[in-house]
Amino acid sequence: MSLEKCKKQLETILAGCEGKRESLLPCLHAACEQCGHVSEEVISYLAEKLDLPRVEVYSAASFYSMFSLEEMGKNVIRVCVSLSCYLKGSNKVIKALENELSITAGQTTPDKKFTIEPVSCLGLCDKAPAMMVNEEVYGDLTAAKIKDIINQYRQKEAK
Amino acid sequence: MKVILKNIEKEGYDGSIASYISEGGYEALKIALKKTPEDILSELKKSKLVGRGGAAFPTGMKWEFARNSKETPKYVVCNADEGEPGTFKDRLILENDPHMLIEAMAIAGFTVGASQGFIYIRGEYFKAYDVLTAAIEDAVKNNCLGNNILGSDFSFNISLYRGAGAYVCGEETALLDSLEGKKGQSRVKPPFPTFVGYQNKPTVLNNVETLSNVPQIILNGGDWYSKIGSADCPGTKLYCLSGDVKKPGVYELPTGITLKELIDTYGGGVDGKLKAVLPGGVSSSFLAADQLDVKMDYPSLQKAGSMLGSAAVMVVNDTHCMVDLAKRCTEFFDYESCGKCTPCREGTKRAREIFINMSQAAGEATDIALLKELQDVMYDTSRCGLGQAAMNAAGSAMDKFPSEFEKHITKKNCELGICPMEKV
Ligand SMILES: Cc1cc2nc3c(=O)[nH]c(=O)nc-3n(C[C@H](O)[C@H](O)[C@H](O)COP(=O)(O)O)c2cc1C
Ligand code: SF4
Ligand code: FES
Repeated sequence: MSLEKCKKQLETILAGCEGKRESLLPCLHAACEQCGHVSEEVISYLAEKLDLPRVEVYSAASFYSMFSLEEMGKNVIRVCVSLSCYLKGSNKVIKALENELSITAGQTTPDKKFTIEPVSCLGLCDKAPAMMVNEEVYGDLTAAKIKDIINQYRQKEAK
Repeated sequence: MKVILKNIEKEGYDGSIASYISEGGYEALKIALKKTPEDILSELKKSKLVGRGGAAFPTGMKWEFARNSKETPKYVVCNADEGEPGTFKDRLILENDPHMLIEAMAIAGFTVGASQGFIYIRGEYFKAYDVLTAAIEDAVKNNCLGNNILGSDFSFNISLYRGAGAYVCGEETALLDSLEGKKGQSRVKPPFPTFVGYQNKPTVLNNVETLSNVPQIILNGGDWYSKIGSADCPGTKLYCLSGDVKKPGVYELPTGITLKELIDTYGGGVDGKLKAVLPGGVSSSFLAADQLDVKMDYPSLQKAGSMLGSAAVMVVNDTHCMVDLAKRCTEFFDYESCGKCTPCREGTKRAREIFINMSQAAGEATDIALLKELQDVMYDTSRCGLGQAAMNAAGSAMDKFPSEFEKHITKKNCELGICPMEKV
């Protein structure tokens, strides 16, 4: 099922790279973006297409923090917990998100709408504490700002 | 004196190819294509430019090694994986002046004899990826990339490649493995990438900021560049100020500037009362509040017992507990260790456990000596820079603030009330 959702994209990437191994990371990115995770099916599919042992695909998929083997929420909230953000209160950001979404960091909401991912530095240290939601960046966070941001995404979901 | 931000800081500059060209962009490439690679290498060596990614290796020498390597094809790789906590300078260049980087990479390709370049950009830099995608397209349309560049017989292409969230992939050999579609684990060096790099072919690998200096060096000459900043480590540097400072941001300044000037004059002063500074991110060693006169260049900071690294200057005020920060730093390395070699994989884990214990009133009298020994072993035996530097911040925190550690261990007391001091 999850393979169907991203198969077209994977085929395009694979065709562009003549089935070379270098296309593994782009394929894993596409799988995560399209279906929220790298499924068993996708692993088997890529292993076959790239002529790699399954374990090679699995090890790459599990090595990088942006790839996930478990289904992520539709909106992935990446909260920086590295030092500059920590100095400026990333702990409070995590707490505010946990309160707002009623899950703990690292988890996905039961409705699969949000995942909170604590991550290393996002290169937004001048706006610490900082986070990203999907591709958008948010800085100088406060509990109030976080409430607003989450509500914006909730409204988007409701539409 | 601005070399890198000269366009970006100009009002109305939008980083498009038209605006880049109107500021004299791609002139350096034109000039370079009429020179011999040897001339370019000689200018680069005269400039005394060293790598801005952290290791401070002389750029001219690196390019010369790659040029002299016999194997073909050769490659140019730009390290845009920017991952050292506290570093956000390359993002600024990538998003706002992408053609400066493209021009520099083409010059690198011409000099070493490569016709293919890669920009390895960290996965979280979505905007920069889009900006670069468009910029490469525009460069091709304007014949600044592609076949027979600017009417010459030199051809060069650039491909973008996204990382996927792994700090270790900033290390050059781990980056190359990742670029080949593997998990990013470091290779044993030597051989260095200039001899055995991407697909085992000679590869010049440089940081975004390093490369961004090249067009101006071609235009103004190596001698001109070598007279900026400190004599033994000339040029400008992009300093990334963050943490407890009033005006965080990227500041391009000549290398001779002192830490005090940087924080007070440019950063608007410390937010609160200064306790310590990490001048080169969490891979560097803490400087104490009485070390602010140090010059912010590679040799001076080394002499001061720390390092400039990527110039991620993190300012820490007196509301923070050093045991807590040491714990944080080791947590980062434990999380990011690629697991390839034992000293780093196990060492970061054990160090983290010991600091957690300390913060939960379970520290032992022998902990400090044990951590010191661990630091030495990891420095001596880790396979790449991640493990070698993993204990720098924690070790220097123990050296510079011994009484705080002492109180946590013997008195089971965190005076600032930050560490839980009970099992959690
Ligand atoms: C753990 C680790 C992470 C690194 N991260 C980066 C990085 O994000 N960007 C970078 O340019 N260099 C990084 N480096 C340094 C590179 O290995 C390499 O020295 C540099 O990219 C070479 O380019 P330069 O000579 O232009 O500095 C890292 C090194 C280590 C050991
Ligand atoms: S030092 Fe650490 S990051 Fe480097 S190779 Fe060893 S385990 Fe991997
Ligand atoms: S430390 Fe948080 S974005 Fe850099």
